[in-house]
Amino acid sequence: MSVTTHPSHGLGALKTSPTEDLNTAKIAMRGLDFFYGDNRALKGIALDFPNRQVTGLIGPSGCGKSTLLRVLNRMYDLYPGQRATGEAMMDGINLIGDDVDVNALRARVGMVFQKPTPFPMTIYDNIAFGVKLHEKLSKAAMDERVEWCLTRSALWGEAKDRLHTSAMGLSGGQQQRLCIARTIAVRPEVILLDEPTSALDPISTLKIEELIDELKSDFTIAIVTHNMQQAARCADQVAFFYLGEMVECAPAAQLFTAPREKRTQEYVTGRFG
Amino acid sequence: MSATTLSAAGAIPGPAKDLRVSEALGRSRHRRNMIVKALCFAATAIGLLFLASILATLVWRGMAGLSLTVFTTSTLPPGSNGGLLNAIVGSLIQTLIGAAIGTPIGLMVGTYLAEYARDSALGNSVRFVSDVLLSAPSILIGLFVYQLVVNPFNGFSAIAGCLALAVIVIPIVVRTTEDMLRLIPATLREAVIGLGAPKWKMITLVCYRAAREGIMTGVLLAIARVAGETAPLLFTSLGNLNWSTDLTKPMASLPVTIYQYAGSAFQDWIDLAWAGALLITLGVLAINIIARLVLRRGV
Repeated sequence: MSVTTHPSHGLGALKTSPTEDLNTAKIAMRGLDFFYGDNRALKGIALDFPNRQVTGLIGPSGCGKSTLLRVLNRMYDLYPGQRATGEAMMDGINLIGDDVDVNALRARVGMVFQKPTPFPMTIYDNIAFGVKLHEKLSKAAMDERVEWCLTRSALWGEAKDRLHTSAMGLSGGQQQRLCIARTIAVRPEVILLDEPTSALDPISTLKIEELIDELKSDFTIAIVTHNMQQAARCADQVAFFYLGEMVECAPAAQLFTAPREKRTQEYVTGRFG
Repeated sequence: MSATTLSAAGAIPGPAKDLRVSEALGRSRHRRNMIVKALCFAATAIGLLFLASILATLVWRGMAGLSLTVFTTSTLPPGSNGGLLNAIVGSLIQTLIGAAIGTPIGLMVGTYLAEYARDSALGNSVRFVSDVLLSAPSILIGLFVYQLVVNPFNGFSAIAGCLALAVIVIPIVVRTTEDMLRLIPATLREAVIGLGAPKWKMITLVCYRAAREGIMTGVLLAIARVAGETAPLLFTSLGNLNWSTDLTKPMASLPVTIYQYAGSAFQDWIDLAWAGALLITLGVLAINIIARLVLRRGV
């Protein structure tokens, strides 16, 4: 069950990799279109996710920001009638190409959803499930991996004594951190977060935001949010979407204080949306 | 803000609200509510009355025929103090084998319908046929297996009875499996797929687990249903007055024995038929209670 396209660097190697410049694009989209049937939901998107930085995606409901995430890890493959055209390059591979091994891609581009979705099994198995799909690990190595990703997702302290109890017994915020742990356990390069805190209370939200800040040293992150304060707090660069178009992308401070586009200004000042 | 500005800003059109009319409407609504409530209670009482009288008769007459010999002796000629041992064991064997054959088939068909053929033409036809089979008279299923197995091979056999029961089990398990798998939210499926899992692993490792309680309840209810089936066994395993666990020979079963004994002229046979009926009812009741407990634990 090994996946050949997955780079085989160790956990330590993930941390420091001097050859990878922070400003190079991990994912580069050009002329990216997406269709739900005949409805064109994304219109010629051109956007870069810089390596090991956080990109915030904001915009009113239905503007296509969640759709963009679902394109990047090919979630749309599940549904007939949905298709993407154009380019979304990651390390020289077009993610939306027909010849991509979708399951291997999803191991490299992980996704965390709006609602926590723990699997109906133990906390340990929730994490081991994804790892086993792509790697063969000894029991000891698996234990180590589980501890590593629970520590990285700030859940180890709360979960270490109940690893072998059902994950359904965790609180909503803990479940969402488990979902993040589960995603980083397969050691992706990119993590897509689709409104990860919209179903959580403020304290859990704060924990997840701290976590995002902590994770960006290792992962390239994109986060869709309706909460502009959250985008300002978490993101290095922010992209504003409107009616399927990417209107403006700029460093967070600039986009919120001195946007170039009128539509961006109206949205970030609460004029619409 | 004065009244004039209010109306200028667009007051509610039409005459002013009359509180006496509102009260009258409320009273009439209350009256109608009481009538409907009374009718519902009456209907429930009538239903429960019949059910209670059936159960009371069953327990009363069944307890009279129940004794230790019922469980220790096979069926014997009238007047020789026989029991129901061969029928009880025969029922257990045929029900369990029937469920063991029907459950995996039903599980796979239900999985196909829910996961692979939600809206396809083939899926819709399979679903339709399965639903027709669900409500088909069970005697037809007996005749079907009679033509298919009993006639071409060496006559009545327990295995033919098992097959007939399996045919009844299949559509029940298909329906519950499909319903339970469909209840699993798309978000959970996407989360599994999003980790890079192939679809078959999503189904076997996560969906079955999430739907486990519901599917198990369906299987238990199917067992409860076939445990009391008489008609499909009349043409297949036939019944056997002697002790037999040979699947290629006719085999006794509680429902068929009840059918034969209850219509006989001998008082001890009639008493045994009542005892058998009580045993089946208690067994089915037990399975239903277990099914409910399983389902409740799942929620």
